[in-house]
Amino acid sequence: MSRKTRRKLFSNFMLFVSFLTAVYGIFWLFWILGSLFINGFKYLRPELIYLDPTPPGQEGGGLRPAFVGHLIITSLATVIGVPMGIMAGIYFAEYGRNSKFFMTIRQITDIMVSTPSILMGAVVYAVLVKPVGHFNGFSGAVALALLMLPVIAITTDEMLKLVPKEMREAAYALGAYKWQVIKDVVMRAAKVGIMTGVILGVARIAGETAPLLFTSFNNNVLTFDLRDPMASLTVTMFNYVMGPYHYWHQQAWAAAFILTMGVLLLSIWAKVLLHRNLLEPLFYIVRSIAGKKGG
Amino acid sequence: MIETQTALKTRMEVKNLNFYYGFNQALKNINMPIYDRKVTALIGPSGCGKTTLLRCLNRMHDLYPGNRYEGDILLDGESIFNMDVIELRSRVGMVFQKPTPFPMSIFDNVAFGLRLKGIKGTELKDRVEKALKDAALWDEVKDRLKDSAFSLSGGQQQRLCIARAIAVEPEVLLFDEPTSALDPISTAKIEELIVELKKKITIVIVTHNMQQAARISDYTGFMYLGELIEFNPTEKIFTKPDEKLTEDYVTGRFG
Repeated sequence: MSRKTRRKLFSNFMLFVSFLTAVYGIFWLFWILGSLFINGFKYLRPELIYLDPTPPGQEGGGLRPAFVGHLIITSLATVIGVPMGIMAGIYFAEYGRNSKFFMTIRQITDIMVSTPSILMGAVVYAVLVKPVGHFNGFSGAVALALLMLPVIAITTDEMLKLVPKEMREAAYALGAYKWQVIKDVVMRAAKVGIMTGVILGVARIAGETAPLLFTSFNNNVLTFDLRDPMASLTVTMFNYVMGPYHYWHQQAWAAAFILTMGVLLLSIWAKVLLHRNLLEPLFYIVRSIAGKKGG
Repeated sequence: MIETQTALKTRMEVKNLNFYYGFNQALKNINMPIYDRKVTALIGPSGCGKTTLLRCLNRMHDLYPGNRYEGDILLDGESIFNMDVIELRSRVGMVFQKPTPFPMSIFDNVAFGLRLKGIKGTELKDRVEKALKDAALWDEVKDRLKDSAFSLSGGQQQRLCIARAIAVEPEVLLFDEPTSALDPISTAKIEELIVELKKKITIVIVTHNMQQAARISDYTGFMYLGELIEFNPTEKIFTKPDEKLTEDYVTGRFG
Protein backbone atom coordinates (compact mmCIF):
# COMPACT_ATOMS: atom_id res chain seq x y z
CA MET A 1 0.00 0.00 0.00
CA SER A 2 1.48 3.32 -0.96
CA ARG A 3 1.86 6.16 1.47
CA LYS A 4 -0.77 8.13 -0.36
CA THR A 5 -3.42 5.38 -0.23
CA ARG A 6 -2.70 4.82 3.45
CA ARG A 7 -3.16 8.49 4.19
CA LYS A 8 -6.33 8.59 2.20
CA LEU A 9 -7.75 5.53 3.99
CA PHE A 10 -6.89 6.98 7.36
CA SER A 11 -8.45 10.31 6.45
CA ASN A 12 -11.66 8.64 5.30
CA PHE A 13 -11.77 6.50 8.42
CA MET A 14 -11.38 9.51 10.72
CA LEU A 15 -13.98 11.41 8.74
CA PHE A 16 -16.37 8.52 9.23
CA VAL A 17 -15.69 8.43 12.98
CA SER A 18 -16.34 12.19 13.30
CA PHE A 19 -19.51 11.74 11.34
CA LEU A 20 -20.65 8.98 13.72
CA THR A 21 -19.99 11.08 16.82
CA ALA A 22 -22.04 13.89 15.33
CA VAL A 23 -24.86 11.49 14.50
CA TYR A 24 -24.68 10.10 18.05
CA GLY A 25 -25.28 13.53 19.54
CA ILE A 26 -28.00 14.51 17.13
CA PHE A 27 -29.72 11.14 17.53
CA TRP A 28 -30.40 11.69 21.25
CA LEU A 29 -31.45 15.27 20.70
CA PHE A 30 -33.97 14.22 18.09
CA TRP A 31 -35.18 11.34 20.21
CA ILE A 32 -35.91 13.67 23.09
CA LEU A 33 -37.51 16.27 20.84
CA GLY A 34 -39.42 13.56 18.99
CA SER A 35 -40.98 11.97 22.05
CA LEU A 36 -41.69 15.42 23.42
CA PHE A 37 -43.48 16.40 20.24
CA ILE A 38 -45.49 13.17 20.00
CA ASN A 39 -46.56 13.07 23.65
CA GLY A 40 -46.82 16.81 24.10
CA PHE A 41 -48.88 17.32 21.01
CA LYS A 42 -51.19 14.45 21.94
CA TYR A 43 -52.16 16.06 25.25
CA LEU A 44 -52.26 19.62 24.05
CA ARG A 45 -55.63 21.18 25.04
CA PRO A 46 -56.62 24.85 24.92
CA GLU A 47 -57.99 24.58 28.50
CA LEU A 48 -54.42 24.05 29.64
CA ILE A 49 -53.80 27.77 29.28
CA TYR A 50 -56.99 29.30 30.60
CA LEU A 51 -58.23 26.93 33.35
CA ASP A 52 -56.98 26.75 36.92
CA PRO A 53 -55.82 23.43 38.34
CA THR A 54 -58.48 21.13 39.81
CA PRO A 55 -58.06 19.68 43.28
CA PRO A 56 -55.59 16.78 43.15
CA GLY A 57 -57.14 13.59 41.82
CA GLN A 58 -59.98 15.32 40.01
CA GLU A 59 -59.31 15.20 36.27
CA GLY A 60 -59.46 18.22 33.99
CA GLY A 61 -58.43 21.76 34.72
CA GLY A 62 -55.40 23.59 33.38
CA LEU A 63 -52.18 25.33 34.31
CA ARG A 64 -53.20 28.96 34.06
CA PRO A 65 -51.28 30.07 37.19
CA ALA A 66 -48.13 28.45 35.88
CA PHE A 67 -48.37 30.05 32.44
CA VAL A 68 -49.08 33.49 33.88
CA GLY A 69 -46.46 33.11 36.61
CA HIS A 70 -43.84 31.92 34.16
CA LEU A 71 -44.47 34.88 31.91
CA ILE A 72 -44.30 37.34 34.82
CA ILE A 73 -41.14 35.86 36.31
CA THR A 74 -39.21 35.61 33.03
CA SER A 75 -40.34 39.07 31.90
CA LEU A 76 -39.34 40.67 35.17
CA ALA A 77 -36.03 38.78 35.12
CA THR A 78 -35.44 40.13 31.61
CA VAL A 79 -36.29 43.67 32.67
CA ILE A 80 -33.83 43.45 35.57
CA GLY A 81 -31.11 41.34 33.94
CA VAL A 82 -30.82 42.76 30.42
CA PRO A 83 -30.01 46.41 31.23
CA MET A 84 -27.62 45.38 33.98
CA GLY A 85 -25.93 42.83 31.72
CA ILE A 86 -25.57 45.25 28.84
CA MET A 87 -24.21 47.99 31.08
CA ALA A 88 -21.71 45.60 32.65
CA GLY A 89 -20.65 44.51 29.16
CA ILE A 90 -20.19 48.12 28.06
CA TYR A 91 -18.08 48.77 31.12
CA PHE A 92 -15.87 45.75 30.46
CA ALA A 93 -15.35 46.62 26.80
CA GLU A 94 -15.07 50.41 26.95
CA TYR A 95 -13.89 51.45 30.38
CA GLY A 96 -12.43 48.51 32.30
CA ARG A 97 -9.83 47.41 29.72
CA ASN A 98 -6.92 48.99 31.53
CA SER A 99 -7.98 48.19 35.05
CA LYS A 100 -6.74 44.99 36.69
CA PHE A 101 -9.64 45.10 39.09
CA PHE A 102 -12.27 45.09 36.38
CA MET A 103 -10.48 42.50 34.30
CA THR A 104 -10.57 40.23 37.36
CA ILE A 105 -14.30 40.81 37.61
CA ARG A 106 -14.55 39.98 33.91
CA GLN A 107 -12.84 36.64 34.59
CA ILE A 108 -15.21 35.95 37.45
CA THR A 109 -18.10 36.70 35.13
CA ASP A 110 -16.80 33.96 32.84
CA ILE A 111 -16.90 31.55 35.75
CA MET A 112 -20.37 32.75 36.75
CA VAL A 113 -21.77 31.56 33.41
CA SER A 114 -21.12 27.99 34.43
CA THR A 115 -22.32 28.32 38.03
CA PRO A 116 -24.89 25.61 38.78
CA SER A 117 -28.21 27.43 38.65
CA ILE A 118 -29.38 25.89 41.93
CA LEU A 119 -26.60 27.84 43.69
CA MET A 120 -28.05 31.07 42.39
CA GLY A 121 -31.39 29.95 43.82
CA ALA A 122 -29.78 29.28 47.19
CA VAL A 123 -28.10 32.68 47.25
CA VAL A 124 -31.34 34.48 46.47
CA TYR A 125 -33.14 32.31 49.02
CA ALA A 126 -30.78 33.56 51.70
CA VAL A 127 -31.16 37.20 50.65
CA LEU A 128 -34.75 37.58 49.53
CA VAL A 129 -36.75 34.64 50.87
CA LYS A 130 -35.41 33.82 54.34
CA PRO A 131 -35.59 37.41 55.67
CA VAL A 132 -39.15 37.79 54.35
CA GLY A 133 -40.20 34.43 55.74
CA HIS A 134 -41.98 33.04 52.70
CA PHE A 135 -41.44 32.22 49.05
CA ASN A 136 -42.23 35.02 46.61
CA GLY A 137 -42.34 35.63 42.88
CA PHE A 138 -39.97 38.58 42.99
CA SER A 139 -37.12 36.47 44.35
CA GLY A 140 -37.63 34.02 41.48
CA ALA A 141 -37.25 36.82 38.96
CA VAL A 142 -34.11 38.04 40.73
CA ALA A 143 -32.59 34.55 40.69
CA LEU A 144 -33.22 34.25 36.96
CA ALA A 145 -31.93 37.78 36.34
CA LEU A 146 -28.68 36.87 38.11
CA LEU A 147 -28.40 33.81 35.88
CA MET A 148 -28.75 35.74 32.67
CA LEU A 149 -26.60 38.69 33.78
CA PRO A 150 -23.19 37.10 33.05
CA VAL A 151 -24.38 35.64 29.74
CA ILE A 152 -25.50 39.04 28.51
CA ALA A 153 -22.51 40.90 29.97
CA ILE A 154 -20.08 38.59 28.20
CA THR A 155 -21.91 38.64 24.86
CA THR A 156 -22.07 42.44 25.00
CA ASP A 157 -18.38 42.66 25.83
CA GLU A 158 -17.41 40.30 22.99
CA MET A 159 -19.65 42.04 20.48
CA LEU A 160 -18.31 45.49 21.39
CA LYS A 161 -14.77 44.23 21.03
CA LEU A 162 -15.58 43.18 17.45
CA VAL A 163 -16.31 46.78 16.46
CA PRO A 164 -13.24 47.99 14.53
CA LYS A 165 -10.98 50.51 16.26
CA GLU A 166 -11.09 52.69 13.15
CA MET A 167 -14.84 53.16 13.50
CA ARG A 168 -14.43 54.52 17.02
CA GLU A 169 -11.56 56.76 15.97
CA ALA A 170 -13.62 58.13 13.10
CA ALA A 171 -16.34 59.12 15.57
CA TYR A 172 -13.83 60.71 17.95
CA ALA A 173 -12.28 62.57 15.02
CA LEU A 174 -15.61 64.31 14.46
CA GLY A 175 -15.50 65.74 17.95
CA ALA A 176 -17.68 63.23 19.79
CA TYR A 177 -17.47 62.56 23.51
CA LYS A 178 -16.78 59.02 24.63
CA TRP A 179 -20.37 58.35 25.66
CA GLN A 180 -21.60 59.61 22.29
CA VAL A 181 -19.19 57.32 20.49
CA ILE A 182 -20.41 54.36 22.53
CA LYS A 183 -24.11 55.19 22.28
CA ASP A 184 -24.35 56.31 18.67
CA VAL A 185 -21.68 54.31 16.88
CA VAL A 186 -20.29 51.37 18.81
CA MET A 187 -23.59 50.14 20.28
CA ARG A 188 -25.27 50.55 16.92
CA ALA A 189 -22.59 48.50 15.20
CA ALA A 190 -22.89 45.76 17.82
CA LYS A 191 -26.68 45.97 18.14
CA VAL A 192 -27.58 42.75 16.39
CA GLY A 193 -24.97 40.73 18.23
CA ILE A 194 -26.12 42.10 21.57
CA MET A 195 -29.77 41.40 20.68
CA THR A 196 -28.79 37.82 19.92
CA GLY A 197 -27.11 37.56 23.30
CA VAL A 198 -30.22 38.90 24.98
CA ILE A 199 -32.51 36.42 23.24
CA LEU A 200 -30.21 33.52 24.04
CA GLY A 201 -30.06 34.74 27.64
CA VAL A 202 -33.85 34.77 27.86
CA ALA A 203 -34.00 31.33 26.27
CA ARG A 204 -31.49 30.11 28.81
CA ILE A 205 -33.50 31.21 31.85
CA ALA A 206 -36.91 30.33 30.42
CA GLY A 207 -36.25 26.65 30.99
CA GLU A 208 -34.77 26.89 34.51
CA THR A 209 -36.33 24.96 37.40
CA ALA A 210 -33.73 24.75 40.13
CA PRO A 211 -33.40 28.45 41.00
CA LEU A 212 -37.17 28.77 41.21
CA LEU A 213 -37.62 25.88 43.65
CA PHE A 214 -36.14 27.93 46.49
CA THR A 215 -37.53 31.28 45.49
CA SER A 216 -40.87 31.65 43.73
CA PHE A 217 -41.77 28.04 44.57
CA ASN A 218 -45.29 27.20 43.39
CA ASN A 219 -48.89 28.29 43.67
CA ASN A 220 -52.10 26.57 42.67
CA VAL A 221 -53.96 29.86 42.58
CA LEU A 222 -53.51 32.52 39.97
CA THR A 223 -51.65 35.51 41.38
CA PHE A 224 -50.18 38.71 40.02
CA ASP A 225 -48.73 39.73 43.36
CA LEU A 226 -44.96 39.43 43.35
CA ARG A 227 -44.97 39.08 47.14
CA ASP A 228 -46.83 35.77 46.85
CA PRO A 229 -45.36 32.45 45.92
CA MET A 230 -45.79 32.20 42.18
CA ALA A 231 -46.25 29.18 39.95
CA SER A 232 -43.99 28.59 36.97
CA LEU A 233 -44.20 26.05 34.18
CA THR A 234 -40.94 24.41 35.08
CA VAL A 235 -41.66 23.92 38.78
CA THR A 236 -45.21 22.78 38.01
CA MET A 237 -43.89 20.27 35.50
CA PHE A 238 -41.39 19.06 38.06
CA ASN A 239 -44.16 18.52 40.62
CA TYR A 240 -46.61 16.98 38.19
CA VAL A 241 -44.12 14.50 36.81
CA MET A 242 -43.33 13.36 40.36
CA GLY A 243 -47.05 13.16 41.16
CA PRO A 244 -49.24 10.04 41.16
CA TYR A 245 -51.95 11.04 38.70
CA HIS A 246 -51.93 10.09 35.06
CA TYR A 247 -53.55 13.32 33.90
CA TRP A 248 -50.83 15.28 35.71
CA HIS A 249 -48.22 13.52 33.60
CA GLN A 250 -50.20 14.35 30.48
CA GLN A 251 -50.45 18.01 31.41
CA ALA A 252 -46.72 18.05 32.18
CA TRP A 253 -46.01 16.67 28.68
CA ALA A 254 -48.14 19.35 27.11
CA ALA A 255 -46.53 22.10 29.20
CA ALA A 256 -43.06 20.80 28.35
CA PHE A 257 -44.02 20.87 24.68
CA ILE A 258 -45.16 24.48 24.83
CA LEU A 259 -42.12 25.62 26.81
CA THR A 260 -39.69 23.83 24.50
CA MET A 261 -41.38 25.30 21.46
CA GLY A 262 -41.06 28.75 23.01
CA VAL A 263 -37.35 28.33 23.77
CA LEU A 264 -36.76 26.78 20.36
CA LEU A 265 -38.45 29.69 18.62
CA LEU A 266 -36.36 32.16 20.64
CA SER A 267 -33.15 30.38 19.65
CA ILE A 268 -34.17 30.24 16.01
CA TRP A 269 -35.06 33.91 16.10
CA ALA A 270 -31.61 34.67 17.51
CA LYS A 271 -29.92 32.63 14.78
CA VAL A 272 -31.92 34.22 12.00
CA LEU A 273 -31.24 37.68 13.35
CA LEU A 274 -27.55 36.94 13.64
CA HIS A 275 -27.22 35.54 10.16
CA ARG A 276 -29.32 38.05 8.34
CA ASN A 277 -28.29 41.35 9.86
CA LEU A 278 -24.80 40.42 10.90
CA LEU A 279 -23.90 40.13 7.26
CA GLU A 280 -23.68 43.88 6.93
CA PRO A 281 -20.98 44.66 9.50
CA LEU A 282 -19.37 41.33 8.67
CA PHE A 283 -19.02 42.38 5.05
CA TYR A 284 -17.58 45.61 6.27
CA ILE A 285 -14.96 43.80 8.31
CA VAL A 286 -14.13 41.36 5.51
CA ARG A 287 -13.92 44.23 3.06
CA SER A 288 -11.62 46.25 5.20
CA ILE A 289 -9.36 43.26 5.87
CA ALA A 290 -9.18 42.38 2.20
CA GLY A 291 -8.80 46.07 1.31
CA LYS A 292 -11.49 45.57 -1.29
CA LYS A 293 -11.30 47.73 -4.37
CA GLY A 294 -14.38 49.58 -5.50
CA GLY A 295 -15.35 52.58 -7.56
CA MET B 1 5.68 77.41 -7.01
CA ILE B 2 5.54 81.08 -7.81
CA GLU B 3 4.24 82.43 -4.51
CA THR B 4 6.84 83.22 -1.93
CA GLN B 5 6.63 81.82 1.55
CA THR B 6 6.19 85.24 3.08
CA ALA B 7 2.82 85.62 1.37
CA LEU B 8 1.58 82.46 3.04
CA LYS B 9 -0.47 82.31 6.16
CA THR B 10 0.50 79.60 8.62
CA ARG B 11 -2.56 77.71 9.83
CA MET B 12 -0.77 75.24 12.08
CA GLU B 13 2.75 75.09 13.39
CA VAL B 14 4.60 72.14 14.86
CA LYS B 15 7.27 73.30 17.30
CA ASN B 16 10.03 71.11 18.76
CA LEU B 17 7.65 68.18 18.92
CA ASN B 18 8.75 64.91 20.51
CA PHE B 19 6.30 62.07 20.82
CA TYR B 20 6.60 58.86 22.80
CA TYR B 21 4.67 55.60 22.75
CA GLY B 22 5.50 54.61 26.31
CA PHE B 23 9.31 54.70 26.42
CA ASN B 24 9.61 54.47 22.68
CA GLN B 25 10.34 57.80 21.04
CA ALA B 26 8.48 57.93 17.73
CA LEU B 27 8.99 61.57 16.76
CA LYS B 28 12.21 63.54 17.27
CA ASN B 29 12.15 67.29 17.45
CA ILE B 30 9.79 68.02 14.58
CA ASN B 31 9.47 71.62 13.37
CA MET B 32 7.12 72.27 10.54
CA PRO B 33 4.62 74.85 9.32
CA ILE B 34 1.27 73.90 7.80
CA TYR B 35 0.21 76.60 5.38
CA ASP B 36 -3.34 77.81 5.07
CA ARG B 37 -5.35 76.35 2.20
CA LYS B 38 -2.44 74.35 0.85
CA VAL B 39 -1.98 70.60 0.63
CA THR B 40 0.91 69.42 2.74
CA ALA B 41 2.08 65.86 2.10
CA LEU B 42 4.06 63.70 4.50
CA ILE B 43 6.13 61.01 2.82
CA GLY B 44 8.70 58.51 3.98
CA PRO B 45 9.28 54.79 4.39
CA SER B 46 7.05 52.64 6.62
CA GLY B 47 7.55 53.29 10.31
CA CYS B 48 9.12 56.71 9.78
CA GLY B 49 6.48 58.40 11.96
CA LYS B 50 4.41 60.20 9.35
CA THR B 51 1.10 58.77 10.56
CA THR B 52 2.19 59.36 14.16
CA LEU B 53 2.82 63.00 13.35
CA LEU B 54 -0.53 63.30 11.58
CA ARG B 55 -2.34 61.84 14.57
CA CYS B 56 -0.65 64.38 16.84
CA LEU B 57 -2.36 67.18 14.95
CA ASN B 58 -5.82 66.30 16.28
CA ARG B 59 -4.51 64.60 19.45
CA MET B 60 -5.79 61.20 18.36
CA HIS B 61 -3.08 59.68 20.53
CA ASP B 62 -4.96 60.90 23.61
CA LEU B 63 -7.34 57.96 23.15
CA TYR B 64 -4.74 55.46 24.28
CA PRO B 65 -2.90 55.44 27.58
CA GLY B 66 0.88 55.75 27.81
CA ASN B 67 1.33 58.21 24.95
CA ARG B 68 3.24 61.40 25.65
CA TYR B 69 3.85 64.65 23.78
CA GLU B 70 6.66 67.15 24.32
CA GLY B 71 6.89 70.49 22.58
CA ASP B 72 3.97 72.26 21.04
CA ILE B 73 1.58 72.42 18.13
CA LEU B 74 -0.19 75.68 17.35
CA LEU B 75 -3.51 76.11 15.60
CA ASP B 76 -4.11 79.76 14.67
CA GLY B 77 -1.43 80.66 17.16
CA GLU B 78 -3.01 78.81 20.08
CA SER B 79 -1.54 75.63 21.54
CA ILE B 80 -3.73 72.61 20.77
CA PHE B 81 -2.72 71.14 24.09
CA ASN B 82 -4.47 73.98 25.91
CA MET B 83 -7.61 73.48 23.85
CA ASP B 84 -10.58 71.32 24.65
CA VAL B 85 -9.87 68.17 22.70
CA ILE B 86 -13.49 67.93 21.50
CA GLU B 87 -13.30 71.45 20.10
CA LEU B 88 -9.91 70.73 18.53
CA ARG B 89 -11.26 67.68 16.71
CA SER B 90 -14.20 69.57 15.31
CA ARG B 91 -11.73 72.12 13.92
CA VAL B 92 -9.21 69.55 12.71
CA GLY B 93 -11.01 66.70 10.95
CA MET B 94 -9.63 63.36 9.84
CA VAL B 95 -10.15 60.79 7.09
CA PHE B 96 -8.71 57.34 7.61
CA GLN B 97 -6.94 54.76 5.52
CA LYS B 98 -9.88 52.38 5.40
CA PRO B 99 -13.33 53.81 4.77
CA THR B 100 -15.08 53.98 8.14
CA PRO B 101 -18.81 54.44 7.50
CA PHE B 102 -20.94 54.20 10.62
CA PRO B 103 -23.66 51.55 10.78
CA MET B 104 -26.45 53.94 9.82
CA SER B 105 -27.91 55.54 6.71
CA ILE B 106 -25.93 57.65 4.26
CA PHE B 107 -27.73 60.76 5.50
CA ASP B 108 -27.14 59.98 9.17
CA ASN B 109 -23.46 59.39 8.51
CA VAL B 110 -22.97 62.88 7.16
CA ALA B 111 -25.31 64.32 9.78
CA PHE B 112 -23.38 62.70 12.63
CA GLY B 113 -20.89 65.48 13.31
CA LEU B 114 -23.53 68.16 12.70
CA ARG B 115 -25.91 66.63 15.22
CA LEU B 116 -23.08 66.57 17.76
CA LYS B 117 -22.99 70.33 17.35
CA GLY B 118 -26.75 70.52 17.88
CA ILE B 119 -27.70 71.34 14.29
CA LYS B 120 -31.24 70.22 13.40
CA GLY B 121 -34.07 70.49 10.89
CA THR B 122 -33.69 72.20 7.53
CA GLU B 123 -30.23 73.51 8.36
CA LEU B 124 -29.14 69.93 8.96
CA LYS B 125 -30.61 68.80 5.64
CA ASP B 126 -29.00 71.67 3.74
CA ARG B 127 -25.61 71.10 5.26
CA VAL B 128 -25.70 67.36 4.58
CA GLU B 129 -26.59 68.09 0.97
CA LYS B 130 -23.84 70.67 0.66
CA ALA B 131 -21.25 68.32 2.17
CA LEU B 132 -22.25 65.52 -0.17
CA LYS B 133 -22.04 67.89 -3.13
CA ASP B 134 -18.63 69.14 -2.02
CA ALA B 135 -17.48 65.54 -1.73
CA ALA B 136 -18.72 64.86 -5.29
CA LEU B 137 -21.04 62.14 -4.05
CA TRP B 138 -24.43 63.85 -4.17
CA ASP B 139 -25.43 62.73 -7.67
CA GLU B 140 -24.69 59.11 -6.86
CA VAL B 141 -26.61 59.00 -3.56
CA LYS B 142 -29.31 61.67 -3.69
CA ASP B 143 -32.06 59.09 -4.32
CA ARG B 144 -30.91 56.66 -1.66
CA LEU B 145 -29.98 58.81 1.34
CA LYS B 146 -31.88 56.45 3.62
CA ASP B 147 -29.94 53.39 2.46
CA SER B 148 -27.28 51.92 4.69
CA ALA B 149 -23.83 53.40 4.17
CA PHE B 150 -22.49 49.88 3.80
CA SER B 151 -24.35 49.55 0.50
CA LEU B 152 -21.86 51.95 -1.12
CA SER B 153 -18.70 50.83 -2.88
CA GLY B 154 -15.31 51.31 -1.22
CA GLY B 155 -14.56 54.50 -3.16
CA GLN B 156 -18.01 55.92 -2.45
CA GLN B 157 -17.63 55.04 1.23
CA GLN B 158 -14.38 56.97 1.36
CA ARG B 159 -16.01 60.00 -0.27
CA LEU B 160 -18.84 59.63 2.24
CA CYS B 161 -16.26 59.80 5.04
CA ILE B 162 -14.83 62.94 3.45
CA ALA B 163 -18.34 64.42 3.24
CA ARG B 164 -18.87 63.55 6.90
CA ALA B 165 -15.59 65.21 7.84
CA ILE B 166 -16.16 68.42 5.84
CA ALA B 167 -19.80 68.76 6.93
CA VAL B 168 -18.66 70.22 10.26
CA GLU B 169 -16.57 72.75 8.32
CA PRO B 170 -13.16 72.06 9.83
CA GLU B 171 -10.27 74.43 9.25
CA VAL B 172 -7.83 71.60 8.70
CA LEU B 173 -8.47 68.13 7.30
CA LEU B 174 -6.04 65.29 7.91
CA PHE B 175 -5.87 62.38 5.46
CA ASP B 176 -4.15 59.18 6.53
CA GLU B 177 -3.36 57.31 3.31
CA PRO B 178 -6.92 57.82 2.11
CA THR B 179 -6.54 55.95 -1.17
CA SER B 180 -4.38 52.98 -0.22
CA ALA B 181 -7.45 50.69 -0.09
CA LEU B 182 -8.94 51.97 -3.34
CA ASP B 183 -8.63 51.24 -7.06
CA PRO B 184 -7.04 53.76 -9.49
CA ILE B 185 -10.34 55.29 -10.63
CA SER B 186 -11.58 55.89 -7.07
CA THR B 187 -8.12 57.16 -6.20
CA ALA B 188 -8.23 59.69 -9.02
CA LYS B 189 -11.63 60.93 -7.83
CA ILE B 190 -10.39 61.40 -4.28
CA GLU B 191 -7.27 63.21 -5.50
CA GLU B 192 -9.38 65.57 -7.60
CA LEU B 193 -11.55 66.15 -4.59
CA ILE B 194 -8.59 67.01 -2.37
CA VAL B 195 -7.34 69.57 -4.87
CA GLU B 196 -10.85 71.04 -5.00
CA LEU B 197 -11.18 71.10 -1.19
CA LYS B 198 -7.98 73.05 -0.60
CA LYS B 199 -9.73 76.17 -1.85
CA LYS B 200 -11.47 76.25 1.52
CA ILE B 201 -9.65 73.86 3.81
CA THR B 202 -6.06 73.32 4.84
CA ILE B 203 -5.05 69.75 4.07
CA VAL B 204 -2.39 67.44 5.44
CA ILE B 205 -2.03 64.08 3.76
CA VAL B 206 0.09 61.08 4.63
CA THR B 207 0.84 58.97 1.62
CA HIS B 208 2.92 55.99 0.63
CA ASN B 209 2.51 56.93 -2.94
CA MET B 210 5.12 59.47 -4.03
CA GLN B 211 3.38 60.16 -7.33
CA GLN B 212 0.31 61.07 -5.34
CA ALA B 213 2.27 63.52 -3.23
CA ALA B 214 3.81 65.00 -6.37
CA ARG B 215 0.42 65.28 -8.06
CA ILE B 216 -1.64 66.92 -5.39
CA SER B 217 0.51 68.56 -2.76
CA ASP B 218 2.00 72.04 -2.56
CA TYR B 219 4.42 71.25 0.24
CA THR B 220 6.06 67.99 1.17
CA GLY B 221 7.73 66.83 4.33
CA PHE B 222 10.06 63.87 4.04
CA MET B 223 10.40 61.87 7.24
CA TYR B 224 12.85 59.18 8.19
CA LEU B 225 13.20 57.30 11.49
CA GLY B 226 11.05 59.76 13.40
CA GLU B 227 12.78 62.85 12.08
CA LEU B 228 11.64 65.41 9.57
CA ILE B 229 14.55 65.31 7.16
CA GLU B 230 13.32 67.96 4.79
CA PHE B 231 10.34 70.26 4.36
CA ASN B 232 10.04 72.18 1.13
CA PRO B 233 7.71 73.01 -1.75
CA THR B 234 6.76 69.75 -3.43
CA GLU B 235 8.36 70.73 -6.70
CA LYS B 236 11.70 71.26 -5.03
CA ILE B 237 11.49 67.98 -3.08
CA PHE B 238 10.97 66.04 -6.27
CA THR B 239 13.42 67.92 -8.51
CA LYS B 240 16.32 69.24 -6.48
CA PRO B 241 15.95 68.42 -2.80
CA ASP B 242 18.35 69.92 -0.28
CA GLU B 243 19.10 66.61 1.39
CA LYS B 244 20.86 63.61 -0.11
CA LEU B 245 18.54 61.26 1.82
CA THR B 246 15.45 62.87 0.31
CA GLU B 247 16.87 62.50 -3.15
CA ASP B 248 17.67 58.83 -2.55
CA TYR B 249 14.13 58.23 -1.37
CA VAL B 250 12.26 60.07 -4.10
CA THR B 251 14.38 58.50 -6.80
CA GLY B 252 13.59 55.08 -5.37
CA ARG B 253 17.01 54.18 -4.12
CA PHE B 254 15.51 52.99 -0.81
CA GLY B 255 12.18 52.88 0.94
